[in-house]
Amino acid sequence: MSRQVPVLSVVIAVLGAAFFIVPLIATFNFSLRMKRGELSFEAYRSVFESDVFVSVLSFSAVASMLAILVGIVIVVPTAYWVRLRVPRMRPVVEFLSLMPLIIPPVVLVFGYVRIYGTGSFLPMTMTDTGTNTLLVIGYVVLSIPYMYRAVDNGMASIDIATLTEAAESLGASRLRTIAFVIFPNIRSAIVSGAFLTFSISLGEFVITSLLNRPGFGPYLVQMGQDYAYQPAALAIMAFAFTWTCMVLMEVFANLKPGQRLLRQRTSTSVEKALP
Amino acid sequence: MSFLTLTDITKVFGTTTVVRDFDLTVEAGEFISFLGPSGCGKTTVLRMIAGFEKPTSGTIRVGGADVTALPASRRKIGMVFQAYALFPNMSVRENVAFGLKIAGMSGREIASRVDEMLDLIALGHLADRYPYQLSGGQQQRVALARALAPRPNLLLLDEPLSALDAQIRTSLRDDIRRIQRELGITTVFVTHDQEEALSVSDRVVVMHAGRADQIGTPSEIYNRPTTRFVADFVGQLNTFTAKQVGPQSLHFAGVDVGGLDLSSVAANSAVTVALRPEAMSLNRRPTDTQSLPGRVLQSSFLGSVIRAQVNVAGTPVSIDMFNRAGVTVPAQGAQTEVWFAHDDLVILPESAT
Ligand SMILES: Nc1ncnc2c1ncn2[C@@H]1O[C@H](COP(=O)(O)OP(=O)(O)O)[C@@H](O)[C@H]1O
Ligand SMILES: [Mg+2]
Repeated sequence: MSRQVPVLSVVIAVLGAAFFIVPLIATFNFSLRMKRGELSFEAYRSVFESDVFVSVLSFSAVASMLAILVGIVIVVPTAYWVRLRVPRMRPVVEFLSLMPLIIPPVVLVFGYVRIYGTGSFLPMTMTDTGTNTLLVIGYVVLSIPYMYRAVDNGMASIDIATLTEAAESLGASRLRTIAFVIFPNIRSAIVSGAFLTFSISLGEFVITSLLNRPGFGPYLVQMGQDYAYQPAALAIMAFAFTWTCMVLMEVFANLKPGQRLLRQRTSTSVEKALP
Repeated sequence: MSFLTLTDITKVFGTTTVVRDFDLTVEAGEFISFLGPSGCGKTTVLRMIAGFEKPTSGTIRVGGADVTALPASRRKIGMVFQAYALFPNMSVRENVAFGLKIAGMSGREIASRVDEMLDLIALGHLADRYPYQLSGGQQQRVALARALAPRPNLLLLDEPLSALDAQIRTSLRDDIRRIQRELGITTVFVTHDQEEALSVSDRVVVMHAGRADQIGTPSEIYNRPTTRFVADFVGQLNTFTAKQVGPQSLHFAGVDVGGLDLSSVAANSAVTVALRPEAMSLNRRPTDTQSLPGRVLQSSFLGSVIRAQVNVAGTPVSIDMFNRAGVTVPAQGAQTEVWFAHDDLVILPESAT
């Protein structure tokens, strides 16, 4: 059989790639033109110089980190428990974990404001701390579909029921089993879920702006209305950030036990030495 | 004084009774096998001994103490699983050390015990490998070392060889038995493979539909099956329907056979008699005491064994003879006599179902 160049496929692939890459290049190019007549990183400099930028970014970063922690604490034991004790309920729990994708964030946040607003039995929106708590909870809810999926897939790749029994027969309590056996074996899955959570909540707009929090998402939108070059620079940075998250996720997901990030080569040679 | 005692164990899942009326006593240092077809409840009994399942009724005693209500983590029982179940995030050394760390041993004690265990399974050179870098047989050895390291009271193995290929299966089987003898540890071994069970065990429990059908030494199980099921499941068997014609005689295959012990047979009830292929011969051997007339249907030369199919009174009977001087491959269609010894005749009363 002679190998034909699949012309049509190549054309489609190039068109598809262009669809994504051309606007990106255009945006990047535009972001470099803040100074008339030359290419410079002036727009980036001006973004970083702004106090508001630093404060909204750190606010959103802290909120996202908290959302990750809360998400892990909720999702890992739940997924473990469901797989170990009520495996028949797994489809139900999986469906429930998808609800945040079905319910729009606007609905979610209006629900929060109604239930926890002024005059409700638990008026959380009255204080900053309360509202911030609601914000983190909102981020957790938004990230649950991704976090649950990542962790559950991680648990599917190991036989948690048998590993749990093996640990128990060696005298380990349930807590030690989770800490020393289950957790280390799904660490890469948890890290993937964490990166996903981070990239979703860092630039989140709807919940953040409706709760009137000084987060990165509303800031981005505001900048887009008020300035020309800085939003382009922000968009490029956001893009780079998301990509970095994806690459890190990939790296962690493919890490083998006993492998360190920087020692990959030696471990690979051990593997090759196997018969 | 028995070391492990199961008394009147029953296990019900939902509406199905999976284990019923299960009684067993195991002596210290004994190697016991549970043998039976898939789904007969072997794993369930083992898991109740380990503490992963609670019996619906009955008691389990280990070393004189009632452990029925004790959680698995406090029973000091070593368990080996079919799927190895090594901790993927730990090296061989860390896997074997796990139980010792949990027990709170000092670092130096742990190191020396781990080395001792790795020597026992002859895998010291792979101590720093991870499970994914080991073959199935090596992983199962590590799992064995891990289970034995904390000096458990009992060793339980659930079909530990089923996932391995034939050659490794035999060698690991013999290793397990050697190590078990060396440590003198009381062991329960679950398998659906009769050769495995018969070759390594002190005693075999043949299980059927949640019950212990027969408990005995491998030779008792093989030579003196007490139920139809055991006779069918363990080894190959030729059966005849027989009629009682005297206090010590049965009529089958067109012949009256006398001088039998029929104490287990109720008067005038139907009886099945059975003969192993290797209990019969077409040439009379010094021990043979009885013959049945037949016609050769087919025969094949298998090297050490000559196998013949003989029609005895309408029943096709399979016969295995050792290839010795004087034994010839019988000609197809030839009239012949099928010889056996009275002692080799297995008598299965109708009640033994
Ligand atoms: N957790 C359980 N829930 C319901 N039925 C079970 C459970 N565990 C085992 N069984 C049933 O009990 C029977 C015996 O199972 P098992 O002890 O695993 O058999 P074996 O190990 O002899 O193959 C099977 O019919 C199986 O379906
Ligand atoms: Mg089983």
